[in-house]
Amino acid sequence: MTDAAHGPLIGRDRLWHPPAYTAGYKTSVTRAPSRALVAMGSTLSEETGPAFGRDMLGEMDNNLILNFTGQPAVGERIIMHGRVLDENARPVPNVLVEIWHANAGGRYRHKKDGYLAPLDPNFGGCGRTVSNAEGRYEFLTIRPGAYPWPNGVNHWRPMHIHISVFGHGFGQRLITQMYFEGDPLIARCPIVNTIPSQEAISALIAPLDMNASIPLDCLAYKFDIVLRGRRQTFFENRREGM
Amino acid sequence: MPQKLDQLRESPSQTAGPYVHIGLTPNALGNHGIYPDDLGTTPIKPGARGEAITIIGHVRDGAGMILRDALIESWQADAAGLYPSPNERRGKADPNVTGWARILADFDTGDWVLKTIKPGAVTLPQGGVMAPHIALWIVARGINIGLQTRIYFEDEAEANADCPVLARIEHKPRVQTLLAKKVSTGQYRFNIVLQGDDETVFFDM
Repeated sequence: MTDAAHGPLIGRDRLWHPPAYTAGYKTSVTRAPSRALVAMGSTLSEETGPAFGRDMLGEMDNNLILNFTGQPAVGERIIMHGRVLDENARPVPNVLVEIWHANAGGRYRHKKDGYLAPLDPNFGGCGRTVSNAEGRYEFLTIRPGAYPWPNGVNHWRPMHIHISVFGHGFGQRLITQMYFEGDPLIARCPIVNTIPSQEAISALIAPLDMNASIPLDCLAYKFDIVLRGRRQTFFENRREGM
Repeated sequence: MPQKLDQLRESPSQTAGPYVHIGLTPNALGNHGIYPDDLGTTPIKPGARGEAITIIGHVRDGAGMILRDALIESWQADAAGLYPSPNERRGKADPNVTGWARILADFDTGDWVLKTIKPGAVTLPQGGVMAPHIALWIVARGINIGLQTRIYFEDEAEANADCPVLARIEHKPRVQTLLAKKVSTGQYRFNIVLQGDDETVFFDM
């Protein structure tokens, strides 16, 4: 039996993920490889990966309400929490989770974002943490606003938080986005709809989690992240000649 | 009905979007004050063993435009071919090699630069030797799922010829797209083409 940090990675299900070419999301049209991917089993280059210790984290790194200026950012206060798991449903401990998102008005702190909504002088827009021994992570932040973007004439991004996650192998590297339960813009979003199935889209929608909310303080949303797993049979690791 | 498999599905990927630098390299963007330093500014520390090399490249799309918003992560072995990873079981890697970097396309020119040491060949536990290479993972607006590719070196012809990964590429002329071209001693050029006739080989592994 292998553990969550060793062994060959389970192949990606490319029909579950968005394909590279998605006409509805226009920027993908010229950025999508047109040749077939060269597929083969993972090697040590994918099975190993960088490690990040909790000692590199600052005290406020996972508190996006306070980590920019020390004064609170404007918006609906929320906890975002969940577990990093693998496809074998095992926790993935000690991995770096990074997030970034727009402010409560739907504006990013980025020179290329010229949306009408103003910057919040106290919101930087990013946070990071390292999953604990049970794979758990949490952030305190504000709920980001929806915003328009120039894909179609009147396309809007639903409220979302970008998430970057490491596994224990470089081949597990994943970036995705978390959406909020009940947002009517989810079904209308061309980026959401790059995902082929409703079942897969649902995996990116965080439910409101009243049990984790703090009375008179903040609401909570639960978002579990699933990374590629590793094959687990004993025979995988048989010695030569067995 | 058969038994249920107690398995989960990988979280579906979504594009990193145009604002990925806010999250992953805020200081490079000019958003100072959150983290003292960005992560992955270099894959080596002073004293790293091996040949110091610089690789310069860009990422080009199917319309011939150079991306100025691409973010690339690199992962490599040390000069002896060992990975600086907790799950490397073949030996202890050079403590001055972290192996991992975040490389940004220049916001104006689109050129990216990786200063590192040339990795060693990687002997696989199941047999076979992978030629010296650097694994890359490329994300940007318009890329729905991170693209996996590798930098090999044109001056490692013998090792490249025996590499089991390069051997999997059926259309042999396309192997050229994975070879960093030597410009001068220690200097290489590696352009990535997302789409088109000279499209880079991307992997699913």
